[in-house]
Amino acid sequence: MKNDLYILGIETSCDETAVAIVKNGTKIFSNVVASQIESHKRFGGVVPEIASRHHVEQMTIVLEEAFNQAELTWENIDAIAVTEGPGLVGALLVGVNTAKALAFAKQKPLIGVHHIAGHIYANRLENEFEFPLLALIVSGGHTELVLMREHGSYEVIGETRDDAAGEAYDKVARMLELPYPGGPHIDCLASQGEETISFPRAWLENDSYDFSFSGLKSAVINKVHNARQRGEHIEKVDIAASFQASVIDVLTKKTKRAADEYRVKQVIVAGGVAANKGLRAALEKQFSGTNISLLIPSIHLCTDNAAMIAAAGTIAYEQGKRSDLKLNANPSLLLR
Amino acid sequence: MNILAIDTSNQLMGVAILKDEIIIGETVTNIAKNHSVRLMPAIDQLMREVSITPEQLNKVVVAKGPGSYTGVRIGLATAKTLAWALNIPITGVSSLEALAYQGKFFNSYICPFFDARREMVYTGLYQWKNSRLIETDKEKNVNMDDWLHELSQMGKEILFLSPDIHLYKEKIISYIGSQAILPEGPFHQTSPSHLALAGKTKPADDTHLLTPNYLRLAEAEANWLKSKKGNKHDG
Ligand SMILES: [Zn+2]
Repeated sequence: MKNDLYILGIETSCDETAVAIVKNGTKIFSNVVASQIESHKRFGGVVPEIASRHHVEQMTIVLEEAFNQAELTWENIDAIAVTEGPGLVGALLVGVNTAKALAFAKQKPLIGVHHIAGHIYANRLENEFEFPLLALIVSGGHTELVLMREHGSYEVIGETRDDAAGEAYDKVARMLELPYPGGPHIDCLASQGEETISFPRAWLENDSYDFSFSGLKSAVINKVHNARQRGEHIEKVDIAASFQASVIDVLTKKTKRAADEYRVKQVIVAGGVAANKGLRAALEKQFSGTNISLLIPSIHLCTDNAAMIAAAGTIAYEQGKRSDLKLNANPSLLLR
Repeated sequence: MNILAIDTSNQLMGVAILKDEIIIGETVTNIAKNHSVRLMPAIDQLMREVSITPEQLNKVVVAKGPGSYTGVRIGLATAKTLAWALNIPITGVSSLEALAYQGKFFNSYICPFFDARREMVYTGLYQWKNSRLIETDKEKNVNMDDWLHELSQMGKEILFLSPDIHLYKEKIISYIGSQAILPEGPFHQTSPSHLALAGKTKPADDTHLLTPNYLRLAEAEANWLKSKKGNKHDG
């Protein structure tokens, strides 16, 4: 009989200090997230130094809360999984050093986890995987298509060549003078507007699954800028709708083409932008009536959290992957 | 009573284990290499050497800065987590205070400092009185010329201690003259044993509430406060 596995997850790659305890990679016992959004709002974006300062202040408090909510003790914990990258280096360092101190103090195995692997495995907390599967990861830092033929195996088949989708959202939001974080505001405005402007779509080469959003971003910024200079009224809802239509069009069509080519059973959407209602609706439409099932985790699992790191760490643990006390933060860690 | 002392607040990385009254182990490196990679293995190895297991620790002492923001956080994240996980007390000691221990047998004032770039230093003023280290002037982040000018007005002997002494040696002499005491190289390095000693007698901090002693706001925060003030004046 196989014993249950309890993994403690730690995530500090950006502006959330998060700790979670997950059983067998599928059941959440606790998932505590201390968000810093309120603190970064006044700067219009995440300030790395401030994020790092918050992490070191919050870490042990969040750890304790995760154990309290789970009603578990150290006896139950089999291993510690931590985001080793990618992300903000100073922020990652707090989580990595915390995890190493825990592994040493409690003499538990340590597992470094790739942040994107975490985003993908967030889905497994709600739905079991069926391979091959395709994961579309869209967030402030990432736009990637990842093919998985089995657990713990990641093939990046497409990625952004410049800005991440979320980054374009943030910049356009700033141009439209929307509060930080801008993504949800654009999504909301877009739902009230019409696609009155045809912004460019970067399809790149015919066979490429890569993305590019910097051209679109510039087109939107120019449009708004020129209108303002001429003193023309700009309908923010329509700008938002037109911008979002372009992003979603490229994301859904490339995802569909890749899903067909690799004959996947599931398409998983992950990352903060997966919370975008427009994107969800377009993907649902694209995959309805096909035999590919579309999985989008609940919103609290789309955004950064530690349950996803524990879930990805569980598979790594089962596959015998271990890190030692030399583990370091790696801001540009590759997914493999 | 086993105390583990950790200092990664500046270039020097130090770990010491104080058993009752005796330092039974100490690791010091002073090279520009990643503290994040090397700290935990250094603690692990030292504790194995002296045959102390994590559960046998009774207290953690950590140098809480000032110094490198990242270095300070590596030390604090490690020390706070160890204290929390092992359920033992933690004491944070100012990195300037730990350095001032190098002047234990000096009778007059001690000025420890760390370079904070752009002619700024993190510094304070200390004095040993009846075997106790007294902070006679509050720690601060200050322009070195302003600080030396202030010190020169005191007309007292001052012992300067700093790993960055070479950057300011001439300036110190030009302001303080022969009343400036500038010792040899090794005296300018914090000893983790002294850190352990400093933390031993101090009361414990609340593990959750112990925060770095940055002595300086994050740049973005300072600018934000400035812009808020500016707006007020305009309006
Ligand atoms: Zn993320």
